[in-house]
Amino acid sequence: MNVLKTIGRSKFSSRSVVLTLFLPPTLLLFFWFVVSPMIDAGRFSFYDWNGYGQMTDFVGLDNYADVLTHRHFSTAIRNSIIVIVISLIVQLPLALWVALALTEKSWTISAIRVLFFLPFMLAEVASGLIWRFVYDGNYGLVPAVGDMFGADLPFVLGDRLWVMPAIMLVVVWKYFGFHMMIYIAALQSISKEVIEAARLDGIGKWKIIWHIKIPLIRSAIMISVFFSVIGSLQLFDLIFPLTGGGPSHSSHTVVSFLYQFGITRQKLGFGGAVSVMLFMACVVITLLYQRALKAQESHE
Amino acid sequence: MSIKKHKNLTRTNDISPMQWVSLFLVGIFVVIPLLATALGGFKTTGELRKNPFGTPASWNPMNFIEIMSDSTLFLLLLNSLLIAISTVFLSVVLSSMTAFAFAHVKFYGRSLLIRFMFLGLLFPAATAILPLFLKLRDLGLLDSHLGIILAQTAFSLSFSVLLFHNFFKEIPNELIEAARMDNCGYVRTYIYIVLPLSLPIIATVGVFAFVGSWNNFLLPLVTLNTPEKYTWPLGIMQFRGEFGADWPKILAYLTLTITPAIVFFLAAQRYIVAGLTGGAIKG
Repeated sequence: MNVLKTIGRSKFSSRSVVLTLFLPPTLLLFFWFVVSPMIDAGRFSFYDWNGYGQMTDFVGLDNYADVLTHRHFSTAIRNSIIVIVISLIVQLPLALWVALALTEKSWTISAIRVLFFLPFMLAEVASGLIWRFVYDGNYGLVPAVGDMFGADLPFVLGDRLWVMPAIMLVVVWKYFGFHMMIYIAALQSISKEVIEAARLDGIGKWKIIWHIKIPLIRSAIMISVFFSVIGSLQLFDLIFPLTGGGPSHSSHTVVSFLYQFGITRQKLGFGGAVSVMLFMACVVITLLYQRALKAQESHE
Repeated sequence: MSIKKHKNLTRTNDISPMQWVSLFLVGIFVVIPLLATALGGFKTTGELRKNPFGTPASWNPMNFIEIMSDSTLFLLLLNSLLIAISTVFLSVVLSSMTAFAFAHVKFYGRSLLIRFMFLGLLFPAATAILPLFLKLRDLGLLDSHLGIILAQTAFSLSFSVLLFHNFFKEIPNELIEAARMDNCGYVRTYIYIVLPLSLPIIATVGVFAFVGSWNNFLLPLVTLNTPEKYTWPLGIMQFRGEFGADWPKILAYLTLTITPAIVFFLAAQRYIVAGLTGGAIKG
């Protein structure tokens, strides 16, 4: 009885020790640098404030109105939507197509896989500069290709029409490997027996892919769609070295718009309003994702 | 052996010619910009204009030597390295402790707290960068590496805790209970039983935290003022600003800065893949 009591007690004290040692540092850091700045952004969005002195100039929803009527905001929204749509209809199918060819484990295939994944690991700033060179109208690869075909290609990054397609190509280059890896991991977890059985039934390769493999990796596709949408909304680091949002603010995404018109001009209220809207969009997308996930789980 | 080989053969044949062609094209798409960058550093400006794709007329290493003879590059890389290592250390220690408590210690409000932590996956530093800037300013942590380390660690915590949590859940509860019956408290169980079992996941979390920190641009951009404290992404943007259209020099600089990252990636890629498959998919 006594023994049991001590064990019980030591268990209890050990539990409180672990909880006081292991949780507070993480939670403090997380709250202080992640949660509380987000709450602050929400508060700032109702004030006109430059970050110095007292925050007293309450302006209600004026900042939101300013953002929504800002003449470059609609461009930023349009561009972010372009990034999302192209990511979904070009990047993800490409990643899946490649993943289907790279599922097996062999030396050559792993090497190709690593190569395709490489751009994802490179810093956005470095990737952006590399592609700035590729697109450079005097020294880059694009004009050289144009010369080969006798065409005079424009400075793509300085052209309002070409700048977004050019950025999209970089986005696909940089991120398709990430989605490919997600698909490969999911494809590899499909049981070999299922595929073998289908094959013995005389079902062809493409039918197996379309009717068996793709339905079986549906949850991986869903998470990759989710990452793709959230990532597209938050695209910034690539834009900065590529175009800085130009020419004449035509290639801003929501975050580069936030940087240009909120951060560099120290307009905290304006920036806060953009942050809040962006955050809301992310929350909505997450809720949709979770709903879709639940629907699919109950379906199975 | 021969059977195995034969199997592999038929499997490779599974990739249709059309697929090989597309793999080849995608390969070119991936490699050409990188290759042109590496070769461009050896060229002269005039040569680059006429022949941006091909090999240089002479392998003149002057650009590389010039950049490396200036100590700035090494200072930048050293700054980035120190920040990255500190971030990795803090992130691994804090997130593994928290994930252990989440996975094996029952307490009131646990599942709520877990959800709360995972909300962090939705906050990119970019959206809250202004208030974050003010936070660091009020703490006197502007223009300091410590400020960057703390903020970066905080933003990496959600993903790191997620990875550790997924891993720790798989450790059988009986093992933890048995250790505790031997009068090991939770803390000692964590140190002597759980951590030694967790080396692969520690590597994965460490690699992710390292890459995130090494590549980070926005946070150093808004917080650092002193050029001696700059990290390499800031340095490269500054270098590009200084040398404008001298592309061969910029390309040499790019080659020198991304080479360590590529070497590191090749060495660590299996941990990255493990993280993506273990964390992203099951999570």
